[in-house]
Amino acid sequence: MMLAYTTSELTSIFTMQGFAGLSLFSVLLLMALGLAIIFGQMGVINMAHGEFMAAGAYTVYLCSTLTAKFAPAFQPYYFLFAIVAAFFVSGSLGLLVEWGLIRFLYKRPLDTLLATWGLSLIMQQTFRSTFGAREVTPTLPDWLMGSFKPTETIDIPINGVFVMGLTLFITAAVMFFTFKTRAGLRMRATVQNRMMSGAVGINTKVVDRLTFAIGCGIAGVAGAAFTTIGSTGPDSGSRYIVDTFLVVVFGGAASMLGTVASAFGIAQTQSISEFFLQGTMGKVTTLLAIVIILMIRPQGLFASKVRRA
Amino acid sequence: MKTLRSTLCYSTAALCALLVSGLPNISLIASESFPTAKVNTTGLAVTDTEVTVGQLHSATGTMAISETGSIQAEQLAIEQINAMGGVLGRKIKIIVEDGASDWPTFAEKAKKLLVNDKVAAVMGCWTSASRKAVLPVFEKENGMLYYPTFYEGLEQSKNVIYTGQEATQQIIAGLDWIAKEKKAKTFYLIGSDYIWPRTSSKIARKHIENVLKGTVVGEEFYALGHTQFGSLINKIKLKKPDVIYAIVVGGSNVSFYKQLKAAGITSDKQTLLTISVTEDEVLGIGGENLTGFYSAMKYFQSLDNPNNKKFVAAFKAKYGVKSVIGDVTQAAYLGPWLWKMAVEKAGSFDIDKVAAASPDIEFKEAPEGYVKLHNNHHLWSKLRIGQWATDGQAKVLYESGLIEPDPFPKGYQ
Amino acid sequence: MNTLQKRLFGSKEGLLGTLFLALILVVVLPLTLDIFRLNLMGKYLTYAFVAVGLVLLWGNAGVLSLGQGVFFGLGGYCMAMFLKLEASDPITTKIQSTPGIPDFMDWNQITALPAFWVPFKSFPFATLAILIVPAVIAYVVGAAMFKRRVGGVYFAVITQAIALIVSLGIDGNQGLTGGRNGITDLRTLLGWDIRTTFGQYTLYFTSVALLLGVIMLSRWVLSSKMGRILNAMSEKEDRVRFSGYDVSDFKIFIFCLAAMISGIGGAMFVLQVGFISPSLVGIVPSIEMVIFAAVGGKRSLLGAVYGTLLVNTGKSLFSETFPQLWLYAMGGLFILVVVLMPNGLAGLWDDYAKPWLHGAKKRLMERPPVDVGETKSNAPLAKII
Repeated sequence: MMLAYTTSELTSIFTMQGFAGLSLFSVLLLMALGLAIIFGQMGVINMAHGEFMAAGAYTVYLCSTLTAKFAPAFQPYYFLFAIVAAFFVSGSLGLLVEWGLIRFLYKRPLDTLLATWGLSLIMQQTFRSTFGAREVTPTLPDWLMGSFKPTETIDIPINGVFVMGLTLFITAAVMFFTFKTRAGLRMRATVQNRMMSGAVGINTKVVDRLTFAIGCGIAGVAGAAFTTIGSTGPDSGSRYIVDTFLVVVFGGAASMLGTVASAFGIAQTQSISEFFLQGTMGKVTTLLAIVIILMIRPQGLFASKVRRA
Repeated sequence: MKTLRSTLCYSTAALCALLVSGLPNISLIASESFPTAKVNTTGLAVTDTEVTVGQLHSATGTMAISETGSIQAEQLAIEQINAMGGVLGRKIKIIVEDGASDWPTFAEKAKKLLVNDKVAAVMGCWTSASRKAVLPVFEKENGMLYYPTFYEGLEQSKNVIYTGQEATQQIIAGLDWIAKEKKAKTFYLIGSDYIWPRTSSKIARKHIENVLKGTVVGEEFYALGHTQFGSLINKIKLKKPDVIYAIVVGGSNVSFYKQLKAAGITSDKQTLLTISVTEDEVLGIGGENLTGFYSAMKYFQSLDNPNNKKFVAAFKAKYGVKSVIGDVTQAAYLGPWLWKMAVEKAGSFDIDKVAAASPDIEFKEAPEGYVKLHNNHHLWSKLRIGQWATDGQAKVLYESGLIEPDPFPKGYQ
Repeated sequence: MNTLQKRLFGSKEGLLGTLFLALILVVVLPLTLDIFRLNLMGKYLTYAFVAVGLVLLWGNAGVLSLGQGVFFGLGGYCMAMFLKLEASDPITTKIQSTPGIPDFMDWNQITALPAFWVPFKSFPFATLAILIVPAVIAYVVGAAMFKRRVGGVYFAVITQAIALIVSLGIDGNQGLTGGRNGITDLRTLLGWDIRTTFGQYTLYFTSVALLLGVIMLSRWVLSSKMGRILNAMSEKEDRVRFSGYDVSDFKIFIFCLAAMISGIGGAMFVLQVGFISPSLVGIVPSIEMVIFAAVGGKRSLLGAVYGTLLVNTGKSLFSETFPQLWLYAMGGLFILVVVLMPNGLAGLWDDYAKPWLHGAKKRLMERPPVDVGETKSNAPLAKII
């Protein structure tokens, strides 16, 4: 079967396939980053993470509608501002949720899981009541659409490149924040020893709140970025949530590097198995592989501690 | 739902007032010539002035996106029927139940409507799974279901009227057209992973291989809600099919077409025919991502005939100028009318008599044009090929003759 | 009070509680509800099996599984396979290309019954499978994870992924499993019509009897030495381990038991509802069943039943009246239960109703209480009402 193709054709396919894997990798990483911060640094399971993404996506939709109505000339540029807006909308929502709900539950991780699931139901219905049950798509600027052609047979989707760039930027920003700033230092200190951190004068409550808000904000950015590849509906968030959790757990919580590696591994497995297997079974194979590896190596890829939360 | 229902209440109330003041004897005459004891011998919820029907769709959950149009169209039809004096002189009252995109809930609510509320008919269901879940209930409790969605066929029940197309009605004529028009020989079949796309794909493959003498170069199914089609798109590029035949539904649809466009697969280079995109889906996908691709449907909002113009105007008057009407929405609109005609032909609300009267009913005012009910409880209907434009409307390029419904097609099993 | 009674019902209060529940289920509900509502109650009771399993697993062993729907589904599928084969005799299915196999297989061009379906022609095998299949799967998962000391949120997330895998797997193998539509149109059990009013009454009372049996069995397990170890484990797992017990074995056992109980629920569900589909296996139903147990009180076996009935009745009534508000109510309930009443209805009972009753009794008897401390104590038996 494969023999019927020329070498250059095969090279193009493999290039594009490699790109598809990388693109999936950046999608998974972007989804998981926010969660990795919240789960890894705070031990909080946020089942409403997907809904914070959806909130970001709806923010972009809103911006798009408003731009089309009031400032059509601004149309090619609005998207960049919308991403920033998505960060702040989801971030402040996160702040509110931490203050109103999460802070009462820090010592009970399983209960947080249930409470945030309840929160996700409420957020879904709010989206449905506000924006309707139908899926919506913001009008994207033209420069984001279409493809980039280095040779005659290779098409690299520009939105994929954009998401990749954004992921790179956010990952770098998160790394910088965590390891190079005072706030990041306080965050790491709180993770390692909450009591000690308190004793040396770090306000751990503020640190928690900020961490949660930043995690949610990044989820918002992820949601905003996904409007370029998919649509947004009230249930969009729940579509991503399991994948996201698996990326974080597989990588080993509390390890940023682990999250990156795990997103890469999962994306490549899924993308390759979908190429050679048929549809659904590609996904099932990937999930099964992850779960089996997790059973054999429960600590995930990068973590030293034995886990019993 | 609350607002819909209250609007409905208001309009019914207004109509009653109108009747009392202006036309006092219509209902009187009707119920005199059709006494309740005679038209309702099985204890359905029929009084001298009122008949109750149920409506069972998903107002919440993942399917709410798709079912909203059907809910609206059915309510519009019932409102129009009531404005014309109702059925056998009785106003239609609707009990709305939410199946919540959950099949056991559908079965539960169907049972409630039939057993507790004794409704004379139910307009409802959308997915095959929900229909399969309620079917035994309708057969056991002897109810009447008007099912609006185009579906996989392989089913026929005394208790169901299928107002959408069964698979062969949608697939065969469309494939013939594309093979002739585009000289297509190789096809890539892509669908969501459940029975309708799988059965449709099976029928399409048989037709391509046995009748059109073409080849299927790929056949794939993805889980509902799948959003990453990068690998699939590369496989398409590798196989270079003449036609992509798409049966992708729901949220996956949007990702699929956006990613096709982003990967440079557009209508100037690639022919794509789908049987799962109606005006409703285009709203989510965005017309610019579909421009030039083809859909095979029995109805498009842009159909140019007086029935349809009237229907579109009434729909927009009720639900806003921005609302769109897809194939299934139109099929849902047919349900209450077909029921009304069957009841009037039978002169009775009894399920058995309505079922027996249903074959050969003709509905000349259907927005899609003339339709007729077959003995097998499916509709004779035409197939149209529409080409999508950026504004989200389709240009109808081809229209077949009336196609006979055949839910158990020989040679395609 | 003799020992057996104590083992099966717990304290005297537990005996009274069980009798009261039996009274409601056996007498009050059948007398006050029509057959449609009673059938609904029967359906809810099948979820209560899962909730009881969760009380064992989550409330007593401290392990939260978000994949209990898988076991419910497995039990259901085992039963459904038997019923479907019975419904697919060659005469009824003669219009198919291959008569005698389930209709959905025929639609998927399968021409012979797959090997794993064949033993399900036998009723004893199917019954056994309902119990064994969930337990075996639970053993494999449990052994792999508990032996490696995976617990808490990791266990929850991984079981959730398993729920997703199983439901996707069923979806993706349409010819073998019926796919997304599930296995539908089940009519008779050993020639006996399960859809008649009489059939539904019978099945309802069977469910009640099985459920009460399961509750007594659970209490018997919890009041054994193992129950006390579980109790100790949920307080301080390390100390139990340091005392020389292999904690994981107990967890595995309870996980298997909970799975088996859920499987029974699934089988009864199929009998009463007449079909099974992957929508009962996935993430959403699995997590909803957790909330049933949480509302009832995650440590209370009887509470699990009340919680399940209450939430589902609420859902049913609420969605009939205000379909749009249902998700708000459900979401609010999750948050409310977790934040304000972590021990659910049983907790409310313990904290408010019981002291009040106790006071009333005291006033009536005009006698100083002897055992006032016991109501508040954490003695395992008092908790397992």
